[in-house]
Amino acid sequence: MTLLAIFGVISSAIFSGTSLLYTTLGEVIDERAGIVNLGLEGVLLVSASSGFAVTSLTGSPYLGILVSVLAGGLMNLVLGYLVITRKANQLASGLALMFCGFGLSALIGKTFVGVKINSLPRFLLPGLEDLPRLYTSLFKFDPLIYLVIPMAVLVWWLLFRTRWGLGVRAVGENADIAYASGRNPHLIRYQALFAGGMLAGLGAAHLAIAYAMNWTEYMTAGRGFIAVALVIFSKWHPLRAIVGALIFSAAVAFQLLLQSSGVQISPFLLDTIPYLLTLIVLIAWGGTRKHSAPASLGRVYQGSE
Amino acid sequence: MHKSPDSNSSLLNVVAMRGITKAFPGVLANDQIDLDIFTSEVHALLGENGAGKSTLMKILYGFYRLDSGQIFINQQPVSIYSPNNARAIQIGMVFQDFSLIPALNVMENLALFLPQLPFVLDVKGINQRIHQVSERYNLEVNLDALVSQLSIGELQKVEILKLLLADARLLILDEPTRVLAPHEVQVLFKVFESLKKDGYAIVLITHKLKEVLECADRITVLRTGRVAGTLLRSDATEERLVSLMFDKKLRPTVVTHKKASIEQVSPFLEFKDAWTHGEGLETSLKAINFKINPGEIVGVAGVSGNGQRELGDAAMGLIRCVRGKRYIFGRDFTNKSIQEERLSGVAFIPENPLTMSIAPYMTVLQNMAITRTRQYARMGGLSMDWQAVHADIERSNQRLGFSFPLYIPARSLSGGNLQRMVVAREMIGDPRLIIASYLTRGLDVQSAIAARQALVQARDNGAGVLLISEDLEELFTLSDWLIVLFTGRIVGIFRPEDTDVYEIGHLMTGSEVEHVENQ
Amino acid sequence: MLKISEALPRFSVIQNKTVILVIRYLYMMLLAFLLFGIILLISGKDPLQSYKDIFTSTLGSAYGFSEVLVAMIPMLITALAVALPARVGLINVGGEGQLYIGAAFATFGALTFSNLPAWLLLPIMIFLGMLGGALWAFIPGYLKAIGLVNETITTLLLNSVAPKIIGFLIFGFWHSALDTVKTPNFVAAARLPTFFGTRIHLGLLIGLILLIIFWLFVKYTRWGLEMRAIGNNAQAARRNGIPLKKYLIVVMCVGGAIAGLAGMSQVSGFYGVLLLNFSMSLGFMGFMISWLAGGEPLGILLMSFVVAVIFTGGNLLQLTRGVPYSVINLLLAITLFVVLARPSLIKGKKA
Repeated sequence: MTLLAIFGVISSAIFSGTSLLYTTLGEVIDERAGIVNLGLEGVLLVSASSGFAVTSLTGSPYLGILVSVLAGGLMNLVLGYLVITRKANQLASGLALMFCGFGLSALIGKTFVGVKINSLPRFLLPGLEDLPRLYTSLFKFDPLIYLVIPMAVLVWWLLFRTRWGLGVRAVGENADIAYASGRNPHLIRYQALFAGGMLAGLGAAHLAIAYAMNWTEYMTAGRGFIAVALVIFSKWHPLRAIVGALIFSAAVAFQLLLQSSGVQISPFLLDTIPYLLTLIVLIAWGGTRKHSAPASLGRVYQGSE
Repeated sequence: MHKSPDSNSSLLNVVAMRGITKAFPGVLANDQIDLDIFTSEVHALLGENGAGKSTLMKILYGFYRLDSGQIFINQQPVSIYSPNNARAIQIGMVFQDFSLIPALNVMENLALFLPQLPFVLDVKGINQRIHQVSERYNLEVNLDALVSQLSIGELQKVEILKLLLADARLLILDEPTRVLAPHEVQVLFKVFESLKKDGYAIVLITHKLKEVLECADRITVLRTGRVAGTLLRSDATEERLVSLMFDKKLRPTVVTHKKASIEQVSPFLEFKDAWTHGEGLETSLKAINFKINPGEIVGVAGVSGNGQRELGDAAMGLIRCVRGKRYIFGRDFTNKSIQEERLSGVAFIPENPLTMSIAPYMTVLQNMAITRTRQYARMGGLSMDWQAVHADIERSNQRLGFSFPLYIPARSLSGGNLQRMVVAREMIGDPRLIIASYLTRGLDVQSAIAARQALVQARDNGAGVLLISEDLEELFTLSDWLIVLFTGRIVGIFRPEDTDVYEIGHLMTGSEVEHVENQ
Repeated sequence: MLKISEALPRFSVIQNKTVILVIRYLYMMLLAFLLFGIILLISGKDPLQSYKDIFTSTLGSAYGFSEVLVAMIPMLITALAVALPARVGLINVGGEGQLYIGAAFATFGALTFSNLPAWLLLPIMIFLGMLGGALWAFIPGYLKAIGLVNETITTLLLNSVAPKIIGFLIFGFWHSALDTVKTPNFVAAARLPTFFGTRIHLGLLIGLILLIIFWLFVKYTRWGLEMRAIGNNAQAARRNGIPLKKYLIVVMCVGGAIAGLAGMSQVSGFYGVLLLNFSMSLGFMGFMISWLAGGEPLGILLMSFVVAVIFTGGNLLQLTRGVPYSVINLLLAITLFVVLARPSLIKGKKA
């Protein structure tokens, strides 16, 4: 278990965890407003495929990222329309969105399977160039990776230090009280969904454009559901989500480390640890009743029209 | 600017309500009410259940629209269409179930309602703003604490702070001391003092006489929707207030024949020194001791919120006794479940049938069967004997003189029919013990009479009945014994013929009375 | 969702309501087909031709029709796995995980007892499948009954765990010599028999029998009545003496058992082997079907058939028109969107 191997794991975790963290941050905002998005998988796929397609067509990864972000926001707005305006069941709507994402992304990405693109530049933070080349190659990150933790802080700041964030949290806890304070719960939920969708789009962009640099169907491999689990694991807090995302993505990288040091644990079993951990943590922290989850999560707000 | 007719001539008439009338289906809640509220005063609105005080204040707060009458604010006529309206003219109201968000802290809950909040929350600045107000009026609370961690007294302070920060000048508090401990009540009174100094007007909706005499400047008593009288504190005594609150002339005639209690058989329901623990806004029961013998109706009187619902739930087995014991038909049922109680022959007629005892989307017929599925099951449960259900319904309805449609979803029934349905269902199988909670609340006259008849019938056949009610006339007419609850304790047990509404009224509002007769 | 009031007196009123229902269904399907057709148009395909292809290939030939039935089997059963717990108000989105574990248990039976004759082995596998599914559903059921964790969250989490356990079992113990992503082929005795030379296997019969049992159970038995009372108003049911906790746990486990049975029928009847990730969102499809049908048996039968037509036809689109198979998900999604967007017209119980 050399230092190189350990760094390798960390590097790998950071690379694959970035998209997960962006997605989780987006879902944190949504769930804080009281909406569960089971269709995240579909949102990610549509964002990834459209971003990748645009990058390939225009040659600019930045344009692709932009499209990805917008696509994510739009997909979430579809959920918003169903859940907020039509007052439909959140779970069913989310799943419908997921199926939609499967199909739509396949359609969009059809002609781009196996295509190569210009990706984002990767660079080291200033000051690290003096390290031996073996190590520096591990820590050449693209801009989106460098931005992810500041983004988590930004989301924290938005939710806890702005008037808007206060409104979002109020709506997610008790929409009636939020309404009594002169706010419009429907509007706030739409805003939260759009913001959350954009973040998910950013995560999808990182996955397809910066990390994997290709497009295949179902390439998100369950990240959407992982994000939903992660939100619970981080108790709906953006800063804790950083830790959670690291743990989840490190689990994969960790397998390689164990194998290289001769330990024979099935990678499949290791993959289950994050989920089981979330379950245990959920039970230990008093379950869903003890003011951990936003009180109105999943409920349809009838409104006073 | 008008000068008030009272001796303290520097008070301004802030609110004048004239001829306020409001009717709901079946009941005239407010009947030509006149009310004046002045600055720098605590004005108590006194009355028992259903007197109309809550309705009147909800009209002032814009929750309800008045049918007729006028409201003047600072001598200007106004129309108040919604709580937003009311808040705009500086009227604020604190309800009995607080409207705070438990998961957010105090500062955030207050900030939510601050009128000019900048986009970026200046936590320090907001805290300062709150501090200025809270310090001035003895409303200090830990601003960083989550609302879920606060005591009821602290919750109340936050609610008052919310009103003050939104610039309310008239504060309406609905039963604020219901769940406060004595020392917290004193703290609240100090808050009133400091608010009065700055010219705030406070309206206190309450039924607690002692407190009213301690802190109110003027008292208006409502009775059955009308103003029974308005007094200055200097002119008020407990006697006078009780006489205004309760219609002394109410000498209900005993219209039913009461059977002598059979002493030899063990009581059907007995509480021995039972205590329960109430969470949050629930009332804790303390030292409950009474029994219901076969062939007796025991009525429970009290202003709502003093533990009646909890007593019914405890008798049912929904709430556990943390101390003491509960016996049903002579057996210790302290730790047994509702299911076991039902199987032993106990029937429940709960307070709100639609939410508490029926399956709304199933038919009436099916609802009639769900309490006795074991008895109706055939072939080990593979089928249900609907014929038998029909027969039982027939029999019950005949005995009670009821009739209601069977094949429509239960939720389509009117309130009266719903209650009849529940009563008819519970009476199938001749229950030996019946726990009826607010049996006739919201019912039209006919349905109410029918429901009461049913209970009397059961009693005459030897059953025991616990009747919780807010209708004193009903209690006096039907009960063999009358219990009065106040803040979760039994403050009196009487035979109806040995007491009068007056005395009960005293006990219900917390005044003491010389004799308390024990069973 | 769409609900005919129970125990209505016989035919006259039902006629009316059924007609309205059917018209609504048709209208929604039409809208969905229209929207999907637009998408096909945008991607350069001829929608009319495509639809014609779908229908002729599925309903127009005996083979096509048989393929539809084959696809319908797991959907029917997983829909039942959702519909039963829904009666007591439980939301079972864990069908995915439950069917994987059921399949795993059944595979264990197939590989371990491969010497037994079919009439012994198959019932053992059925039992094992149901056991696996029930076990997987027990934890969510228990946590819900004691009021600790919402069953939606727990079943979702366990969904993600189940396929990994399958992977572990296959790689670690069961993989065939030739291929590491699947087990060796099941012996003939471990396969559910097929009919008429098609791929329709006994699972269809099992599914239909389950459907009928479900219908009879809920409508006529004492427990069905109590379950409906819980689903209508759990607190009232509790006050009326119905043992709420017991029902929540037992019904959740039975739902899991049914999903486990679906898993068993797939590996035994369809694949003949345990394959990594063999479920293409079957559990979720079951959820949607049950939800669309309002938990009603007849609706479930119809909707699972319709969804099966869509997906089988989609297979064909891929073969002949160059549209990726996945696109058929869009048709399903659009149908769902259309239905979801109209809650005001369609009242009634939860899925």
